[in-house]
Amino acid sequence: MSIALSAQDISRALTRISHEILERNQGSENIVLLGIPTRGAHLAARIAASISEIEGTPVASGTLDITLHRDDLRLRPPRTIMPTHIPASGIEGKDVILIDDVLFSGRTIRAALDSLGEVGRPRTVQLAVLVDRGHRELPIKADFVGKNLPTSLSQSVKVSLSEIDGRDEVSIEGAN
Amino acid sequence: MMRHLLSIADLTVSDALSILDTATELARVSDGQVKKLPTLRGRTIVNLFAEDSTRTRISFEAAAKRLSADVINFSAKGSSISKGESLKDTAMTLQAMGADAVVIRHSASGAAQRLADNRWMSGSVINAGDGTHEHPSQALLDAFTIRKHLAKGKHDLSGIHVTIVGDVLHSRVARSNVLLLSLLGAHVTLVAPPTLFPVGVNNWPCEISYDLDSVLPHVDAIMMLRVQQERMNELFFPSAREYSRYYGLNSDRMAKLKKNSIILHPGPMNRGLEISAEVADSVRSVITEQVTNGVSVRMAILYVLLAGGPLESGSN
Repeated sequence: MSIALSAQDISRALTRISHEILERNQGSENIVLLGIPTRGAHLAARIAASISEIEGTPVASGTLDITLHRDDLRLRPPRTIMPTHIPASGIEGKDVILIDDVLFSGRTIRAALDSLGEVGRPRTVQLAVLVDRGHRELPIKADFVGKNLPTSLSQSVKVSLSEIDGRDEVSIEGAN
Repeated sequence: MMRHLLSIADLTVSDALSILDTATELARVSDGQVKKLPTLRGRTIVNLFAEDSTRTRISFEAAAKRLSADVINFSAKGSSISKGESLKDTAMTLQAMGADAVVIRHSASGAAQRLADNRWMSGSVINAGDGTHEHPSQALLDAFTIRKHLAKGKHDLSGIHVTIVGDVLHSRVARSNVLLLSLLGAHVTLVAPPTLFPVGVNNWPCEISYDLDSVLPHVDAIMMLRVQQERMNELFFPSAREYSRYYGLNSDRMAKLKKNSIILHPGPMNRGLEISAEVADSVRSVITEQVTNGVSVRMAILYVLLAGGPLESGSN
């Protein structure tokens, strides 16, 4: 096991992503941050706090569960459905930033795009991830990346966040 | 992991809570712009109703359709069941058509269990009411409704007092509810005339009483059962007026209930017999909300049983 990102690295990456989101969207007025449970939701809350601090006004944020839209439901036992909280202002005509911890095959994000379609029609959808580990199986690309981690398929990337795991850390497990 | 839903007695606390939590999340689909999810696309669900039903059948149908499953409705009238086809032959026909699940309502207690045990078909079996035995999806939607109104943020029903009044003898709803509500920590009291209690009710995990008025002041949720005249082949009480006078819920009795208590009825109601029209239409009545919640809870049941991958044979 090797540590890819320390607590400080994660904090710096999230601060940078917050600035990049603001730069790209010219402020926080029209944006809605939606985290994908479980860890993406915590990252969204952190980025929301960081953006609110930079801009001095609160930013709309929530969570989006994608379980019901997964394409691998039949391959595993039924998964627990996680909460979805869409901010009261909705997503119609907004710039939605989807936030997840690891971008891998891209299938989670495809499911998230389908799930968004049920809520409304945003102006744009952008994607922020803490780690991009490659091996895409679909034509999906992140707009904001904390760290690109080249990995082999036999490895696994483990993201720990203080809210649920007690500490902040990204590690790579398994042989190269 | 569950394969069939035959009886509340088969469920653990965590099974029951997971269905209720899933239903809470699925309820937002019913509130959303697009009332449809792709989750069960390509699955076939057969509604096999060998006994009359309005809300349970359309509720299961709505639930299956919101999850994009294909639904085949099959009722006794107008099918080969009325020509005397056996349950086994019907089941084998459904298997040959590739049904992934069968929702069965039957007048014989144990019909769903028989369908599941005999391996005439490989799909899941969901009991939608078998004779006077059980009606698990009704109990789950009642528990969901009670939790939503009265649990005050708690996960289960501990500390909530539920009273079920009326024709317990013929009621599969009462049996399923007593088992589920007590499993989830509620305190349950059954109230009925002595003739309408089944043999062995003393062993159920609840209290029993013959006097409705003495129970009313302690109740958080009161569930009125339908007097099932179609199952009554002897005289269980002297007259409908007398039953209504001692065991019917009218405005005078409603006034004795606690302030935030709620009134449930599984439907269809006999207005004027077990429940008066003023009570059924009052603000405390959650009877129509039970129907709405029924769809969410049945979506959760279908999700838990059908959304996952194929199971190894022999597991339940």
